[in-house]
Amino acid sequence: MHLHKYEKIWLTFGIGSLILFLAILGFTAFAFGHHPPSELATVDSQNLDKDELFSEPGLKQVGENDYQAVLVAQAFGYNPSTLEIPQGATVEFFVTSADVIHSFTIPGTNVNFMVTPGHVNTATHTFDEAGEILVICNEYCGTGHQFMQMRIEVIPQ
Amino acid sequence: MSQSSVAHKLPDKEPETEISPKDKTLSIVHIAIAFVAFLLGVFGGLLQGLVRGGMIELPSWIGYYQILTLHGVLLALVFTTYIIFGFFFAGMSKTHGAFSDGLRKLGWAGFSVLSLGTVIAAVMMLTNQASVLYTFYAPLQAHWLFYVGLALFVVGTWLSGAALLAHYFKWKKANPGQPTPLFGFMTTATIVLWIVASLGVAATVLLQLIPWALGLTDTINIVLSRTLFWYFGHPLVYFWIMPAYMVWYLVIPKVIGGRLFSSSLARLAFVLFLLFSIPVGFHHQLMESGISGFWKYMQTILTFVVVVPSLLTAFSIFATFEQTGREKGGKGLFSWLKKLPWGDVRFFAPFMGMLIFIPAGAGGIINASFQLNSVVHNTLWVVGHFHLTVGTTVLLTFFGMSYWLIPVLTGRRFTKHANRCGMVQTWLWAIGMFFMSGAMHLLGLVGAPRRTAYATYQDHPQALQWFEGIFTSHVTVAIGGVILTAAGILMFYNFIYLTFLAPKGETEFPMTADPIDTPHTPKYLDNWKLWIGIAIALILFAYTIPIYDMIVNAPPGSPPFSNLIK
Repeated sequence: MHLHKYEKIWLTFGIGSLILFLAILGFTAFAFGHHPPSELATVDSQNLDKDELFSEPGLKQVGENDYQAVLVAQAFGYNPSTLEIPQGATVEFFVTSADVIHSFTIPGTNVNFMVTPGHVNTATHTFDEAGEILVICNEYCGTGHQFMQMRIEVIPQ
Repeated sequence: MSQSSVAHKLPDKEPETEISPKDKTLSIVHIAIAFVAFLLGVFGGLLQGLVRGGMIELPSWIGYYQILTLHGVLLALVFTTYIIFGFFFAGMSKTHGAFSDGLRKLGWAGFSVLSLGTVIAAVMMLTNQASVLYTFYAPLQAHWLFYVGLALFVVGTWLSGAALLAHYFKWKKANPGQPTPLFGFMTTATIVLWIVASLGVAATVLLQLIPWALGLTDTINIVLSRTLFWYFGHPLVYFWIMPAYMVWYLVIPKVIGGRLFSSSLARLAFVLFLLFSIPVGFHHQLMESGISGFWKYMQTILTFVVVVPSLLTAFSIFATFEQTGREKGGKGLFSWLKKLPWGDVRFFAPFMGMLIFIPAGAGGIINASFQLNSVVHNTLWVVGHFHLTVGTTVLLTFFGMSYWLIPVLTGRRFTKHANRCGMVQTWLWAIGMFFMSGAMHLLGLVGAPRRTAYATYQDHPQALQWFEGIFTSHVTVAIGGVILTAAGILMFYNFIYLTFLAPKGETEFPMTADPIDTPHTPKYLDNWKLWIGIAIALILFAYTIPIYDMIVNAPPGSPPFSNLIK
């Protein structure tokens, strides 16, 4: 098959930039652990009250400035519906669903992941600024989807 | 003159073969249904834009998500599928000769099953028993008839696809050793892609959703159903774009008065689409649990490989433009551009589609970029993205095709009036999309969710800014939507005019003469067993282990939640 000289240059440049691009993505993923949220732990979505972690949703302090937030998403809200955390705290969120597919999304941050029934999903975020943070569901979950939200109160220190 | 001698003697013009009148009927019926679905879908989009912008409220008997479901199904599934099959039946009849009575009957059978499925699904959506959006993610549950409608829709396309494939392979058998005509080659690649891909959606609908919706099974494996859906969902977009590329490769060169640059490169591009557009569905599932980061990354790599055939296409098309422009006396670095027929909507509408594919493709690369996806996932950015790709690039190309295809089929003339209406339509669509899709992209970057009715989240400042920006605002989206609706109505008028009102006469079916390298087309490019084999091997590589894990390590399944959608 004949390739024109310009086409060879064009394809070499194009494919070369793709390889470079994928190498950067792969390097950050596997060397720095920057994977998208891909938790593999499972739960019984219809018996969360018997689950070790999700029977008592809420905030737990696990280190000097580190917290674990356990949340259950259910149409059309989250349990608990507010969290209070001190400014500067790093929070690891563990979220699952008691019914349909939802998301746990803090607009304007990288905390934006799907919450599927039967699985746990996670993200970690450090709250550097005080204020009332909005959390929304951005996956259609029924007629009241647009009402699904919660708040994170970041208390100034 | 038969097709086989065309490849050897390479005349400047294809022989002017008439499409058989019976094949014309089959084709125009598909196209007519496509445009009715288009008009209804556009009105759905208008209502969504106005509601979301806080400008109107819907009456209580109709729901936002009901309209959203209708909008998605009518435009993304019904319009595209019908117009693509209409194009294929006409083009295959033109380039491979009339369909035999048996194959044409098979085509009508496909049409009937497809349409029965469409009607059943439409009734369920209109009666608000299937407001699950066009992705129908379980465990939200629609009425079981909705899923039956979807299954019939897919089976109908298989029957029609079988008629097209049989017609192509009949030609191949009758002309051993010849490179097959490009139209047939590309149709075959597209149909094979569609059939292999739709096995995934058929599996989830037939084996998971229908038994579950009928109450035969109590629960459903959510991650598996999503994976089977997206195994289908991504190649679906190539099922839209490949016929649009066929217009670019095969029709546009003739419209501008030239011939296609290369036969081998065109075939190679289509083979690469077939190979690399299926094993990539995880890039729609990057933000969900239950799939390991390793397999997500593998499919991300395969996703980027599919950029290569798009690079090939960009080169081929612009090389054809330059070659033609220079043959017509264009000189210097860019002055050949002036020789292109900018006032001819058959060229201009698809050209605008090509131009808009540049930012659209760049946005797609961002979406598929693994970790970066968390910034835009499920935000309006994504909606802005596919309103550029399918909503502009593919649609404007199909519109550009309709201006000649409809009068060819109805025995009418493509008039100056039709051309003028088409030019206005193209500009209106591009301008409307600039506002709507542009604002959607920016709103997505500041976190505005997709698929969400009017909401200010108790007047939270973060949500209020989505209404208060000068350009970055739901109001801009609505304004764009109004312009697009005007353009949509004009397009429907163009369809009515070319079908019923234009003066009787002849219209050309523009089809490029065979590229000069056609006799040197490598034989392996026409070896379908090879390509289908490699495609299956790639699919098995990308999906076997993750799907095995999803089944073996499945959590307890989900019961239905049908009350949430009513």
